[in-house]
Amino acid sequence: MNAYTPSAEDFEPLDIAREGDRIDRPSLSYWQDVWRRLKSNRRALISLYIVIFLLLFTLAGPLVWSVDPALQDLEQISQPPNTGRYARVIDRVEPLPPVNTRPIPASTFDASLAPAGLRLLGSANSESVNIAWDAVPGASGYQIYRHELEPRDADDLGLPLVQLLPFEHSYQDRLGLETRRYYYSVTALYEGRESTAYSTLAVDVEQAILLSEARFRGLVQASLPESETLGQQVRLESHPLGTDYLGRDMLARLMWGARTSLFIGICAPLLYVAIGLVYGGLAGYSGGRTDDVMMRFADFVIALPFLLFMILFKIAFGLGPGESGIGPMLLALVLLSWPATARLVRGQVLQIREEAYIAAARLMGATAPYLVFRHILPNVMGVLLVSLTFAIPTAIFIEAFLSFIGMGVVPPTPSWGSMCNDGIRTMLSHPHELLFPALLISVTVLAFNLLGDGLRDAMDARMRSDS
Amino acid sequence: MSSYIAKRLFSGLITIWFIATATFWGMHAVPGDPLMNDKAVSPEIRANLERAYGLDKPVYQQYLLFLRNSVQGDFGISFTQQNRKVNDIIAEHFPVSATLGVLALLFAAAGGILFGALTALFRDRMPDFLIMFLVIIAVSVPSFVFAALGQLGILRLNSAVGASLLPVAGWGTVAHMIVPALVLGLGTMAYLTRLMRSSMLEVADKDYIRTARAKGLTPQRIFFKHQLRNAILPVVTVLGPAIAAITTGGFVVELVFAIPGLGRYFVQAVQQLDYTVIMGTTVFYGAFLVLMVIAVDIVYGFIDPRIQVTKSVS
Repeated sequence: MNAYTPSAEDFEPLDIAREGDRIDRPSLSYWQDVWRRLKSNRRALISLYIVIFLLLFTLAGPLVWSVDPALQDLEQISQPPNTGRYARVIDRVEPLPPVNTRPIPASTFDASLAPAGLRLLGSANSESVNIAWDAVPGASGYQIYRHELEPRDADDLGLPLVQLLPFEHSYQDRLGLETRRYYYSVTALYEGRESTAYSTLAVDVEQAILLSEARFRGLVQASLPESETLGQQVRLESHPLGTDYLGRDMLARLMWGARTSLFIGICAPLLYVAIGLVYGGLAGYSGGRTDDVMMRFADFVIALPFLLFMILFKIAFGLGPGESGIGPMLLALVLLSWPATARLVRGQVLQIREEAYIAAARLMGATAPYLVFRHILPNVMGVLLVSLTFAIPTAIFIEAFLSFIGMGVVPPTPSWGSMCNDGIRTMLSHPHELLFPALLISVTVLAFNLLGDGLRDAMDARMRSDS
Repeated sequence: MSSYIAKRLFSGLITIWFIATATFWGMHAVPGDPLMNDKAVSPEIRANLERAYGLDKPVYQQYLLFLRNSVQGDFGISFTQQNRKVNDIIAEHFPVSATLGVLALLFAAAGGILFGALTALFRDRMPDFLIMFLVIIAVSVPSFVFAALGQLGILRLNSAVGASLLPVAGWGTVAHMIVPALVLGLGTMAYLTRLMRSSMLEVADKDYIRTARAKGLTPQRIFFKHQLRNAILPVVTVLGPAIAAITTGGFVVELVFAIPGLGRYFVQAVQQLDYTVIMGTTVFYGAFLVLMVIAVDIVYGFIDPRIQVTKSVS
C-alpha cells in the first residue's frame, strides 16, 4: 500500500462567502490579550504607574536630590517638612553674665512668695537661653522648670531642669533647645519644701548658628569679614520632608532606603522564583523517585522556623566592616523561600504533563526541550508571574520587620524598615519620622498587591479571586 | 479514631525532631557562642563556664545530651539570664502570649466572619467595596505601623477624655489587652474576611441554596441556616495555622506595647545565641503548632461529617 503524500492540489482556499465567517479583528497572542485585559482594569493600571514611579524615585531620585543620607545637620534635628529655615550667625555661645544679687536672709520663709523679676538676659537663641530673677527672702535654693505649653498650675510646670543654690540667681539653659516658645518657671526652695507660687517667663527661641560652623558648611562666604556676617540671617539647608532624630535629610534617606527595600523586595523574589522554577520544574518533569526525594527536601526547608533561620543565616554569612548587611539578608531570604515556588511549579508541571496537547506534541515527535520551552514553560509562566507579584510585598515586609527588630541592615544604611524603627521612638513628638517610611511601605505593598490581583484576573479567568 | 490520632501524633513527633535537629546544628554552625557576649573573662573562668554548660564536649555529644534531656522535658538553664530555667521562662511568659493570641484570634474570627458575610450579602454594592478596600489596606500596612498607630490612638483618646481610659503599655488587666489584641488580630481578620467572602459566594451557587429558595424559605433563613453555616467550614481549617501564627508571631506587638510575652524572649535569645532558650522555645513552638493543626483537623471532622478525617491520611 502506497503512503499517501498530500500535495498542493488537494487543498483549495476557503472562499469566505458569508459576512459572519470573516475574521476582521487582528488575532491576539496570549500576552497581548493579557495586556489588553490588564489595561481595562483601572486599579491595576494605577498600581502599575505607582510601581513605575517608585522605581524612578529609587533609581533617578538620588541623582536629582543629591544629599548625603548619612549627613547629620545638627542645627535641624527632627524638623518637620520645610523649604529651608533661617538662622542668625553668632560668634559664640553667650556666657551667663554675673547677676548681682545676694541671698536675703530671713527668719521665716513665705511659701506663697514667687521669685520676682524673672527676666531674659541677652538674646534667646538655639545655642543658649539665659534667665535671671531676684532673690526670695529666706530661700535655700531655686528650682527651674521648662514647659512647651503655658503652665496651668503649680503641678504643671513641665520639665524640671535644675535645682540651684541660694546665691545663684541666674541660669543658662542649653538642653536640646528648639526654635519655639518655651515657658520657664522658677520656684523657691526652703529646707526641701517648694514654694507654691511660681513665676513664669515666656521665651521665643531663635535659630542660631555659630560662625565657624556656618563657614565650614559654606553658608556664609569665608572671605567676608566677621563684622559683616555676624548677626546676619543665613538660610540653612532645606529639607523638603524634614529631618530625623539625628538631623539627617528624610527625603534622601527615603530614596536610599527605597534602594535597600526595593532591591531586596524585588531581587529576592526574582531569584527564589527562578530557583523554584528550575527545581520544581525538574521534580515535576522527572516524576517518580527523583520527584519524591526532591520534594521531601523542599518540605524540610519549609518546616524550618523562618525567623530563626533567617537570623542564623544572616549571622553565619558574617559581616565585614563597613558592609550594609543587604547581601546576607538577600541570601538568607532566597535560601528559605524557594520551596513555595518549587511546590507551585511542580504542581503545575504535573498537571500540564498530562494535558492532551502534550500527548499530541509527543506523538508528532516533539523533543523534550521543545516540550519544555514551547509548551510547559509558557503555561507555567502565568501562575509564576502572579506568585512573583505577591512575593514582592512579602519580601518587603520581611525586610522591614527584620530591620525593625534591629536584625536587618546595619546603620547608617537606610531602609524603610529601619527608618520606621527610628521613627517609632519619636512618634509622639515628631510623627513625620514614622509617617513617611510607613506610608511608602504601605503604598508599595498596596500597589504590588493590586497589580497582582489585576494580573491574576487578566491571566486566567479561572484563577479569579472572586465570582 | 484513636489510631488516627496516634498516627498523626507520631508523624508530628518526627516533624518536631526534624526541626529541633536542624535548629541545633544550624545554631552550632553559626560562628560565636553564648559566652562570647559576656565581658572578657579569664581562660580559667571560661573553661569552668564551658564545663558547667557542657560546651567542652564535642557537638555530637551535646546533641545527644540535648535529645535525652528534651525527651525528659528538661531544656536546661538559660545562658544569658542566670539561674533561670528555660522551662520557667516558657511557663512564665507563654501564658501571656497565649492570652493575647486567643483574644486576637477571637476578634479576628468574629470580625472576619461578620465582614465576610456582609460583603457577600451586599455584593458589588457600597458595603462590599468599602470592606474589601479596608481589607486591602489592612494587608498592606506592616504590623508595627498598626501597633504604633494603636498606641497613638490610646494617647489621643486619653488626652481627649482627660483621664487614662486605657493604659498605653504594659500587661496585667483586661484594659491592657484590648488594643494589642485588636492590632495583632487585624492581619488575620483581613485574611479571614477574604476567605469568608469567596466561600460565601461559592456556596451561593450551590444546588441546595436553589432548592431552599424553591421550597419558599425566607431569605433570612436561607442566609443564616444554609449559606452562612456551610461557608464557615473553610474558615475553620485555617484557624489551626492561624492560632500558631498569632500566638508565636506577636513579637512586634509585644515589643511596642511592652508586653512580657515569649516572643520577645525568643528573638532576644536568637540575637544573643542563647543555645538553651533557642532550642527550648523552638521545640515548644513546634509542638504547639503540630498539636493545633491536629486539633483543628479533628474538630473539622466533627463539624463537617462529609469529611472523614481518619481516611484522608495516606
